[in-house]
Amino acid sequence: MKGKLLPAFFAAGLTLLLGASVLGVQLQSQGIETVVVVHGPLTWLGLFAAAAVVFAYQLVKDRVQRVRQNARQGSRFRLPAFLENHAQRRLMIALAIGALLMFPFMAERSAVDIATLTLIYVMLGLGLNVVVGLAGLLDLGYVGFYAVGAYTYALLNSYFGFSFWEALPIAGGMTALFGYLLGFPVLRLRGDYLAIVTLGFGEIIRILLNNLTEITGGPNGIARIPEPSLFNLQFARRADEGYTSFHEFFGIAYDPTHKVIYLYILALLFALAVAYIIYRLMRMPIGRAWEALREDDIACRSLGLNPTGVKLSAFTIGASFAGIAGSIFAARQGFISPLSFTFIESAIVLAIVVLGGMGSQLGVVLAAVAMTLLPEIAREFNEYRMLLFGLIMVLMMVWRPQGLLPLKRPQMELKRG
Amino acid sequence: MAMLDVVNLTTHYGPIQALDDVSLSVDRGEIVTLVGSNGAGKTTLLMSICGDPKPTSGTIRFEDEEIQGMTTSRIMRSGLAVVPEGRRIFTGMTVEENLAMGGYYRDKQEIARDTDYVLALFPRLKERYHQRGGTMSGGEQQMLAIARALMSRPRLLLLDEPSLGLAPIIIAQIFEIIEKLRDEGTTIFLVEQNAHRALSIADRGYVLEHGRVVLADSGKALLANDEVRRAYLGG
Repeated sequence: MKGKLLPAFFAAGLTLLLGASVLGVQLQSQGIETVVVVHGPLTWLGLFAAAAVVFAYQLVKDRVQRVRQNARQGSRFRLPAFLENHAQRRLMIALAIGALLMFPFMAERSAVDIATLTLIYVMLGLGLNVVVGLAGLLDLGYVGFYAVGAYTYALLNSYFGFSFWEALPIAGGMTALFGYLLGFPVLRLRGDYLAIVTLGFGEIIRILLNNLTEITGGPNGIARIPEPSLFNLQFARRADEGYTSFHEFFGIAYDPTHKVIYLYILALLFALAVAYIIYRLMRMPIGRAWEALREDDIACRSLGLNPTGVKLSAFTIGASFAGIAGSIFAARQGFISPLSFTFIESAIVLAIVVLGGMGSQLGVVLAAVAMTLLPEIAREFNEYRMLLFGLIMVLMMVWRPQGLLPLKRPQMELKRG
Repeated sequence: MAMLDVVNLTTHYGPIQALDDVSLSVDRGEIVTLVGSNGAGKTTLLMSICGDPKPTSGTIRFEDEEIQGMTTSRIMRSGLAVVPEGRRIFTGMTVEENLAMGGYYRDKQEIARDTDYVLALFPRLKERYHQRGGTMSGGEQQMLAIARALMSRPRLLLLDEPSLGLAPIIIAQIFEIIEKLRDEGTTIFLVEQNAHRALSIADRGYVLEHGRVVLADSGKALLANDEVRRAYLGG
């Protein structure tokens, strides 16, 4: 304790000195003269309080660090025991899906709307997880594929009258094509270089959409994108020619929440499908090849794998999921403009993947929920909202740098004959 | 006709010449070893056979097919496998998954059969079957690297310094396995710094110095050769 007193005094003194020179005194010009103004007792009181806090912290610093270390070791989160068993896990997943399906009928309209957005981010997170988490390719332009998907649907609809269901597979294919075309030349690059090129790609797409005014409407965006129909049933008050409206068909009163609920359920089903497809892929040889490539690409080549091909498959598959998410986003918003696809979107999706724990699907889902809900919940804090958000991110990286639920490698059952 | 035929091979790293007009051959069913000191070009020769770096001139024929222009992944799928220097197993994956990666281009039944085969060859790997590669000892990792290479059922196995950094007792085991593989019909091309051990199991050997083959003879003859003894076997 004694050995710590001196450094603690020193730190407190330094705080006081720096604080006093920055906050305590100020230069003010009066006419041609500059005078030093010394601030009131309240400022000084604050400064002394700060010094006292620093002093106290220096004394207990070691203990705090020890507590933190313990927390880090103790924080190896394990799934509750009842989730270890396959059958029980399946039951839990079924229950969770059931609850998610029930949710929109009980929650408020705005909550359902936010949940739909969350599900879109879940899809994006899962898709990027293939590229970044599994294949280890740092893609900073993921939003570009999201934009391609959204614009494919919007443009096909406004020019050729394609419905959502007709446009969806085309949007998926289109983004996959973009992923392939971009991936082909750049996947020879590694790490930082790849990140920069993909970052550029995301921006190019956005700027292109912004400037191709004749086709995309430029910054004005595309409006009046119809929501998807449910087998020929539309959710508008009055259906278009050749369609029936949902409320008339079932003989119920028109209610705009029907549409919100339908979009939610649609997004949920797509998110589940994406999660399932990726879950299967991870357990197939190609999924293992992605991970092997992330670990050691020389070893992969020595085994006859073509690294560019393997990377390209991850890139293309990841991109096509973004395209599907983009189409759903366009359908939900009804209006898209290049402003929806700025770099910050890429950053958020990447943050979801990293926060979730690279490669882990459940982690990505949780992180996507956290990343979209936190800003909503923190809305009450007004201007401190983003500050709070940033603080939570920093704390997260301090306490759980490996992410919420880091990937536990899937293991195959050993069949002994 | 030799199984592997390297004719007048020259390889450069940028402006630096690493191999100078190297010719050698490996016949079916042989263990052929390449010995030489650090920096003589042993690994370069092996990697040139694998297609990376690409040779500047010369031909490499494997089973009567010229392979020097092919991509590495093509070459590695043509019946040839390499255990790279430094093992390079997938440390985050289990033994089982490492082996499955080795048989990437084969179907499930073949993988299952060959997994049984390599596990019989390396019983130690069976004990470690669900363990991550990175948590195993160096010797076990080397066994895994060899087993993984065998998963593609190669007709020719290239080994780069399998004894590197291992305890003598493990080295002895590894060399025993190499001989056993040869006896079971796999042709082996072995690059080693541990010249004594390598030459004692080899049918034939080459000595590489400054990118050139300076001696070629049977393993026994090289082991008895005065120059070789002085340079590589400590007198």
